[in-house]
Amino acid sequence: MIQRLALGIGAGGALIVLPFLVSSVWQNLLITTLYFAFLGQAWNILGGYAGQLSLGHAAFFAIGAYTSVVLHTHLGISPWLGMFAGALLAALVSQAIGYLGFRFGLRGFYFILLTLAAAEILRLIALHLPLLGGYTGLFINFTPNPWQFQFKGKVSYYFVALGFLVVASAVVWLIERSKFGAYLVAIREDEDAAEALGVDTFRYKMLAYAVSAALTALGGTFYAYYQFYLQPNTILNIHHSVDIMIRPIVGGSGTILGPILGSFLLELLGEFSRTVFAAGAAGLYVVIYGILLILVVLFLPHGVYPTLLAWLRRAAGGHA
Amino acid sequence: MSLVTVDGAHKAFGGLMAVRDVSFRLAEGELLALIGPNGAGKTTLFHLLSGFLAPDAGTIRFGGESLAGLRPHAICQRGMVRTFQITRPFHRLTVLENVLVGALERVAHRRMAVAIAEEVLTLTELADRADHMGHSLTLPDRKRLELARALATGPKVLLLDEVMAGLNPTETTRLIELIRTIHGRGVTILLIEHVMKAVMALAQRILVLNYGELIAEGTPGAVVQNPKVIEAYLGEGYADLEA
Repeated sequence: MIQRLALGIGAGGALIVLPFLVSSVWQNLLITTLYFAFLGQAWNILGGYAGQLSLGHAAFFAIGAYTSVVLHTHLGISPWLGMFAGALLAALVSQAIGYLGFRFGLRGFYFILLTLAAAEILRLIALHLPLLGGYTGLFINFTPNPWQFQFKGKVSYYFVALGFLVVASAVVWLIERSKFGAYLVAIREDEDAAEALGVDTFRYKMLAYAVSAALTALGGTFYAYYQFYLQPNTILNIHHSVDIMIRPIVGGSGTILGPILGSFLLELLGEFSRTVFAAGAAGLYVVIYGILLILVVLFLPHGVYPTLLAWLRRAAGGHA
Repeated sequence: MSLVTVDGAHKAFGGLMAVRDVSFRLAEGELLALIGPNGAGKTTLFHLLSGFLAPDAGTIRFGGESLAGLRPHAICQRGMVRTFQITRPFHRLTVLENVLVGALERVAHRRMAVAIAEEVLTLTELADRADHMGHSLTLPDRKRLELARALATGPKVLLLDEVMAGLNPTETTRLIELIRTIHGRGVTILLIEHVMKAVMALAQRILVLNYGELIAEGTPGAVVQNPKVIEAYLGEGYADLEA
């Protein structure tokens, strides 16, 4: 217990001083890491805890991003407020998709395809809607004003991203300890058995979807005001949905530390393969990254964190 | 007073009539056994009672209320809960966490639910395995876990689907005792069972299902003497064996 506390304080302290110690390239990398850990944590609620794999979370991300930008540019509403409008809209859309999927009993692959199709529909809408800038997308003029979610320097973005991650992790922490969380895990393990024991599986899956979508949308706002550019083929791409889900899966889905660990690992892995193999042949690093990913999934099927935990327990002499 | 009333229940899967025109009553506090050969429709009848399937025709009432259109969780919340013949533990949860899911149906507060779950684990003699994972249990323990989870929801009616299957004689005797204890606490029980030793020891009344139809109903003594039951299920010589 004391060890864990010390480890937590150490990690927290490191996260606070880290951005001041590294170059701007690494600051960028750290921001991306935290921000994908946040998105992974959001995905984790539906995919990791409730076991409903979504391959369309880019949709909610984009809803969050576009909503806050449109409200900001056209109505002058601060993204700090706009992001909640985006979250609400994303939650509503998730209920529409969830209703179709869960009411008609789509499970496994069929649910995955539904989420994928929904994101694809949204991409087509964004491509053809003048309000969202169509194919070229939306550019945001940079006017450094923290009240408008625009900051000078990377350190501020770093701490906003860290704050987002802390909030999402706190939400997951609370869910884990609640009836809601126990029910989600039961649904993941065996939906019929859960239903027989009084769990309204439809209602709880819908709720998990709403929370997950709303949080993901907040991440979209962060992205918009970090990149200052939204383009449908970039953010509403299936690759982006994969980017969101891959970190919690690698790190350990259905655990609070999984998405965080997974995000750090993959970001380091990506950077490592980029710098080491970039000189060889163009695109080689992507192949290496892919192979490393396959190895992780093959040998650590429950993710890195649960495996690590089992090793530590064995090393400590206890039995699992 | 009858707690569960089934009137003319019908269920067909394509051309196969799994349950045809079945009617019976389950009185409050009763311990009723449902027997019959494999494929007779016993589990289908449980699916109808627990809301996993809707009858094609007929009505099922629980405490006076029709169960039509209610999903399984809603029927569980009203106090009728089932177990599964093929055990379905939550694999990556501990035994305590498994039972906790059932207990949370009764109390939303986690600490109170843990207290209920621990009490149920003690009753079902699973307390020493509370922190074992669901997937690591042996078959007899899985059967007990099915029972424990259902019990944790605080049911008025317990639908037990072959909880004795695959147990050795000692385990069977212990489980008979446990079911008797649960029944003694005022829980109404309907059980599907092939282990006649358990049926004869526990049942106050027996229903016999064959090809989806109810072919006999009565006290254990009368049912085992019934020629139709002997022909369809028990086989010649069962009554002599028992006598």
